[in-house]
Amino acid sequence: MDIKDIISMVFIGGGLFFFFTGVVGLLRFPDIYTRMHALGKCDTLGLLLNVVGLAIYNSSSLTSIKILFIAVFILLTSPVVTHIIAKITYDSGIKPWQKDNS
Amino acid sequence: MIVDGIIILMGYILTFLILFTFWCIFSGYFDAFHLLLGVICSIIVTIFSSHYLFPEPITIESIKRIGRFIGYIPWLIYQIIIANLQVVYLVLHPRMPINPKIITVETTLKDDISRVIMANSITLTPGTITVDIKDNTFWVHSLSDASSSGLINGDIEQKVKTTE
Repeated sequence: MDIKDIISMVFIGGGLFFFFTGVVGLLRFPDIYTRMHALGKCDTLGLLLNVVGLAIYNSSSLTSIKILFIAVFILLTSPVVTHIIAKITYDSGIKPWQKDNS
Repeated sequence: MIVDGIIILMGYILTFLILFTFWCIFSGYFDAFHLLLGVICSIIVTIFSSHYLFPEPITIESIKRIGRFIGYIPWLIYQIIIANLQVVYLVLHPRMPINPKIITVETTLKDDISRVIMANSITLTPGTITVDIKDNTFWVHSLSDASSSGLINGDIEQKVKTTE
């Protein structure tokens, strides 16, 4: 086991930690808007760390570049989808959960 | 007239170069046959779709703008990391101190592309989601008071404005 494996393990482990908190947030948060914060967002950093870890672990540089393109496309599309879900939810009249009327 | 022709041709050449670079990266074969296939495919796609990638003629100004946008990305990643740690803190806190609400943010950004960059940056930054944009007003759902502070004091808007 050389230094490259250890670095990629640290990155992938950190990514898994953020995915884990995303799922915990999905289970704990009260309504659809706050759950979207937990799932749509912890995934951005979690996925970035995972993908960087895999790119470091892979010895072929061409494959590493392909893996990094996954991160670029996810960063472009993920906020658009999150925004569409939020807009449709808001337009269909679902009010956000408020702290005082819980 | 000739200058206009050169500028339109520049768009075609740039599109071709981008497509061919992608072809080389994704195919991974560098022998004559595959490279020739890539050139033919890139030319066909360039003829059909160059005007989607560069709807306006390319000027020095637009190239500078792309450079400024690339300089904006590291700041955005730094913001994502900070705000993500805030969300992690909120999720794992035993009493879950969230205070969700919808806030409206006025913007002075004129350009459509700048508004898209701003809306996507807000959504990418954990703790805030852009719900809707009407004219100059952004409706933003924010998870807690801390996560919306960067919006209210206009940090993101100032940064996006530097890419205009």
